[in-house]
Amino acid sequence: MVRLRAESPCAGLDLPQTAGGATLSEIVPERIVSVMPFRGREGDVDTALAAAGLGWPGPGEVVGGDGAAAVWSGRGQAMVFGAEVAPDGAAVTDQSDAWAVLRLDGPDAAAVLARLVPLDLRRRSFAAPGSARTLLSHQPCLLIRRAAETWEICVFRSMAETAVHEILRAMAGVAARG
Amino acid sequence: MRLPCPLCGVRDLREFTVVGPAALKDRPGREAGAAAWDAYLHLRDNPAGATEELWWHGAGCGACLIVARDTATHAVHGARLAAEAGP
Repeated sequence: MVRLRAESPCAGLDLPQTAGGATLSEIVPERIVSVMPFRGREGDVDTALAAAGLGWPGPGEVVGGDGAAAVWSGRGQAMVFGAEVAPDGAAVTDQSDAWAVLRLDGPDAAAVLARLVPLDLRRRSFAAPGSARTLLSHQPCLLIRRAAETWEICVFRSMAETAVHEILRAMAGVAARG
Repeated sequence: MRLPCPLCGVRDLREFTVVGPAALKDRPGREAGAAAWDAYLHLRDNPAGATEELWWHGAGCGACLIVARDTATHAVHGARLAAEAGP
C-alpha cells in the first residue's frame, strides 16, 4: 500500500530566510476554517464564535490572538485560524490544506510588502491587528497584520512557490538599498 | 484611479473589474418582450459626464459595487454595495 506523507505548502522552498531587516518563514496553522453566515445570521454566528473565545469580525478586523483568531476575509466571510468551530447558520468549510501561510517580520517588513501590495501600510491606515484582501504582486492574498512588524500573508497553496519567489526578491531589493 | 470600497476603503484600480453600466441591475421581466430584452442586452448609453457603473472588487472583498463617477473629468464621487441597492 502506498503511504502518503504530508508536506507543508512551502516544503522544499528553503524557508526561513532573512535579508536585511526582514525574515520570511512558513507557519502551518493547525486548522483553517472559512465561515460564511447565511443571510441575517451574523448575530447567531457571532454568539457561537464567542463561545470559542472569538467573535464575528467586521471588515478588516481580527478577533482573537496568535493562538486562535477569526479574521475578516471578504464580504460575509471570515477565516478562523487555529480553532475547531462549526457554528450553525453559516456555511463552514475546512480550508486547512488550501492555503499557504507565510510570516514576514522585522523592521523592514512593511517596506518589503510595499513593493508588492497596493495598500497604504502605514500604521494609521492599517492597524494591528487587522486584515485585508488584496493583491500580492499579481495574485490574490489575505494579508493579516498581527503586530506592528509582523505580517502574515495567506495565498492559495498552488501559488506558494510564486509568492515566496516574489517576496524573497522584494526582500533582496530592500536589503540592497541598506 | 482609485475606488472607495465601502468595506475595504479606498483601493487601487487593479483590484477591480468593471462589469458595465449600473442599469444592468434592472433586468426586464420574463414577459417583458423582445424589444425590452434587446434594449437590455444591446443598447447602451454612452454618457459624457456623470454615470453609474458596476465594478467587481474581485481582488478584494468580492463585493459588487455601484460606482458614481464622471467620464468627462474622471472624478469618482462614491461607491455603494450593489447588494444593498435593491433588486
